[in-house]
Amino acid sequence: MIKLTTPISPEEVKKLKVGDQVSISGVIYTARDAAHKRMVEAHSKGEKLPVDLKGQIIYYVGPCPAKPGKVVGAAGPTTSGRMDKYAPTTLDEFGLIGMIGKGQRSPEVVEAIKRNGAVYFVGVGGAGALLATKIKKVECMAYEDLGCEAIYRFEVEDLPVIVGIDSEGNNAYDIALKK
Amino acid sequence: MKEINVQDITKVVEELCIKACTTLGNDWWQVMDDAISKENSPLAKDILKMLEENAKLAADTGEAICQDTGVAVVFLELGQDVRLIGGDLYDAINEGVRNGYTNGYLRKSVVSDPLLRKNTGDNTPAIIHTEIVPGDNLKIIVAPKGTGSENMSTLKMLKPADGKEGIVNFVLESVKAAGPNPCPPIVVGVGIGGNLERAGYIAKKALLRPLGQKNPLPHVAELEEELIEAVNNIGLGPQGLGGRTTALDVHVEVAPCHIGALPVAVNINCHASRHAEAVL
Ligand code: SF4
Repeated sequence: MIKLTTPISPEEVKKLKVGDQVSISGVIYTARDAAHKRMVEAHSKGEKLPVDLKGQIIYYVGPCPAKPGKVVGAAGPTTSGRMDKYAPTTLDEFGLIGMIGKGQRSPEVVEAIKRNGAVYFVGVGGAGALLATKIKKVECMAYEDLGCEAIYRFEVEDLPVIVGIDSEGNNAYDIALKK
Repeated sequence: MKEINVQDITKVVEELCIKACTTLGNDWWQVMDDAISKENSPLAKDILKMLEENAKLAADTGEAICQDTGVAVVFLELGQDVRLIGGDLYDAINEGVRNGYTNGYLRKSVVSDPLLRKNTGDNTPAIIHTEIVPGDNLKIIVAPKGTGSENMSTLKMLKPADGKEGIVNFVLESVKAAGPNPCPPIVVGVGIGGNLERAGYIAKKALLRPLGQKNPLPHVAELEEELIEAVNNIGLGPQGLGGRTTALDVHVEVAPCHIGALPVAVNINCHASRHAEAVL
């Protein structure tokens, strides 16, 4: 298990190899389709983004509401493919360095990952209750009207993920099927 | 004639929504234990164990198993000798869903219009299927369905000449195309026969059968055996990261159809094979 603390450097990303099990601590941000759409639209109009994503990681997740006394409800990864349309912009123009989700990415996203020396992590989909215990602090940063789809700032401790696509474009899903 | 007050239905639906989203049945634990013991890949084993740990945590704390607590799909088997009193049946069910998703701190994932896409804020309306059956009971099954798996559903109108081989190929194609998206290990519901909407309906109903239980029709049970073998030979494995356990089970339901038709629907469920039922 490789332990990383955010923000992670391009050098650290370079060392990550497909299939590596990684545990992430520090600050990450959440966004799903609706938030991506707004950010990309705002950006295309020349507006400033609500959060500076340079060197940051986005977790594709829409959590359950927090029960009393908890900071967040179940919070596992959602299907990344729905963000494929927006992901190259987040990497090329927002300076994002990592994404956490589940499932395959489009060839365009893989190219953008290589071009930017970024990384795509996959979380265990469906393990929402367990992953929620790794989230220690939650703050809504933007688009509050989107509810679970708003942009949140998560402080996480030892969030377990696997390197799905590394900075050279090696893809864990493709490798698994070739075996 | 038995009278059932719809307010009681509201209460039961609320409880079933919460129960289904937070606990998995004994059948699930059995097939998971079995899958862990048969899995060779260490990463696959780790993932399966993590899913068990997650399910245990959810059951102990009342937290949702998965954050996508889905659309509430409600199956009713309404005895024809039941008289419903106290209000509108479907309003009562939606009230139960509203209460369940609010009081259970479950995620609200329903938009009122597919084009305008505004969240209704309380996970209503539910998708309600009603069958009228003999007797004076009302059976309610609540099956929350997440979209990661639902989006991987497929339907194909095969030709009768395509036969069993065509069916097996189509199921395999569907599972491969779904890949990691529905959070494997999956449960595969296959509906064969009927027409466009019936094939989809019975594929979904197939997901309600306890895991490990075969279709009572021998030729269908045989097809299920063949399919589970073939699906688990794909090598997709847990989360699509490789391994033996791509599916926990494959359930097939069949229905009569036209002489010129062979509709096949595949409805995939995630490992979180969520459903809970009650009889009033
Ligand atoms: S596919 Fe199922 S287990 Fe995976 S995130 Fe969706 S609802 Fe949860």
